[in-house]
Amino acid sequence: MAIRSPFWKFPRTRASLRKVTIHLGGLGLMTGRLFREARRRWEFGEILRQMDALGVQSISITNLTALFTGMVLALQTAYALAQFGGKLFVGRVVVLSLCRELGPTLTALMVAARVGAGITAELGTMAVTEQVDALRALGASPIRKLVLPRVIAVVIMLPILTILADFLGIVGGLFIAVFEIKVGAGFYISTILQSLKYNDLMHGLCKTPFFGFEIALIGCYNGLNATGGADGVGRATTSSVVLSSITVLATDFFLTKLFIVLPLGIN
Amino acid sequence: MTEAAKIETSGSASPLENPAAGAPIIEFRGIRKAFGKLVVLDDVDLVIRHGEVVVILGGSGTGKSVSLRQMNGLDQPDEGRVLIEGMDITDYSEDELLPIRKKVGMLFQGGALFDSMTVFENVAFALREHTDMTDEQIEARVVEVLGFVNLGAEVLPLLPSSLSGGMKKRVSLARTVALKPDILLYDEPTTGLDPVTSMTINRLIKDLNKRLGTTSVVVTHDITSALFIADRIAFLKSGRFVFIGTPDEANRSDVPELRAFLAAEETV
Repeated sequence: MAIRSPFWKFPRTRASLRKVTIHLGGLGLMTGRLFREARRRWEFGEILRQMDALGVQSISITNLTALFTGMVLALQTAYALAQFGGKLFVGRVVVLSLCRELGPTLTALMVAARVGAGITAELGTMAVTEQVDALRALGASPIRKLVLPRVIAVVIMLPILTILADFLGIVGGLFIAVFEIKVGAGFYISTILQSLKYNDLMHGLCKTPFFGFEIALIGCYNGLNATGGADGVGRATTSSVVLSSITVLATDFFLTKLFIVLPLGIN
Repeated sequence: MTEAAKIETSGSASPLENPAAGAPIIEFRGIRKAFGKLVVLDDVDLVIRHGEVVVILGGSGTGKSVSLRQMNGLDQPDEGRVLIEGMDITDYSEDELLPIRKKVGMLFQGGALFDSMTVFENVAFALREHTDMTDEQIEARVVEVLGFVNLGAEVLPLLPSSLSGGMKKRVSLARTVALKPDILLYDEPTTGLDPVTSMTINRLIKDLNKRLGTTSVVVTHDITSALFIADRIAFLKSGRFVFIGTPDEANRSDVPELRAFLAAEETV
């Protein structure tokens, strides 16, 4: 007697599971091909161009996000700590929250929105206008020419964007500390220097290459598999942003747990 | 009765091939391709010989482009074998297909020029990718192949977005022939073009076939183009070639689907 899937009575659930399985399988296969292609010649010119397009041109949006996050963080912390007479600890809370968690995660989410959507829209348009097929027909690999440079660029640029974001967040907190909470700038900076340890900084930064890899890979996969013209590209772009944002948040949890448990010196 | 035997022909040789032409260069053996429940190609056999211009004719959605995409491995059949110069490429991986794709150039329906690259970069793409030519040699070759399609060096710095539809097709054709492929595949080369530009493209296809000695497979639903350029016409209907023969034989054919197709074109 044939064994039936427990989902056979629920066609929509079955269809969704099938879709997720195909998606995960496709991402896995693309990752495998990406690592195979990475052992061959790298397109350094294209990688630099993508570092500019995907990284340098994201600086303003990630820095603005970090600046306002630092300001809000300082305000909320001061408000909460005021009840215990702990306003002076605002610098310590701001720097640890930013460097360990908010800097990397918010930067990754902003990059997922801007870069992930951009990659999917660009590659999706190339796919539906047969440019990706033309690339294959001319004997070139879309993975090497399109995916690898984007993945490398985002993996390199996301830690740099995060360092800048951490700094701008601290500067945002400084504004609030000085002008709103009336903590001296010197005191704010000295508490930051005393509080911030190497492992705090690295705990946040070590997550970012993983985030960058996921964002670029999901963006490329959805773009290359876009079908059905402008409508299809639109759906693929939305899906990219949603999926990469969720993936970043889920990975953040597991990496945080892993870094705390493993003796890597970045707990 | 086999499908091959059912296909109309005026000669005694197999209708699938043209004995007057050279050695077989592309062979379909029992090709079947379906998308979900929709069967697009159903047990299709075809032999194309070296130096021929074969036009695959048929209405929209009959599987013309799908059959073309099997010839350079862009798509793989569900069943059957595809042979290029005697090599069975059916199960080739993307890496294994690279040398085949250097031999088989393809012109896409919309041109498919890389829109972030200039005309020069588009035409030079395959040369940079697959040859050790110097920049000067590449530039000379790019100017030469643009000359084949009647375009001058003034278009070199232009982006595809600033070209007309006909110019895009011609630049795309120049890009396709830059590597001197043995086989040229044309997907709807005249669709969306005015009659004068269409005839220019038709002449280019014939001219390139003579000048470069290539084998050409042209997918179209344009009867005028087909009759002008074809050595043989293969007519696709319901996933099968219901007629394979010369343009004269096509005009005399009593295959009802082909007659209807020709009559519709005459009416238009």
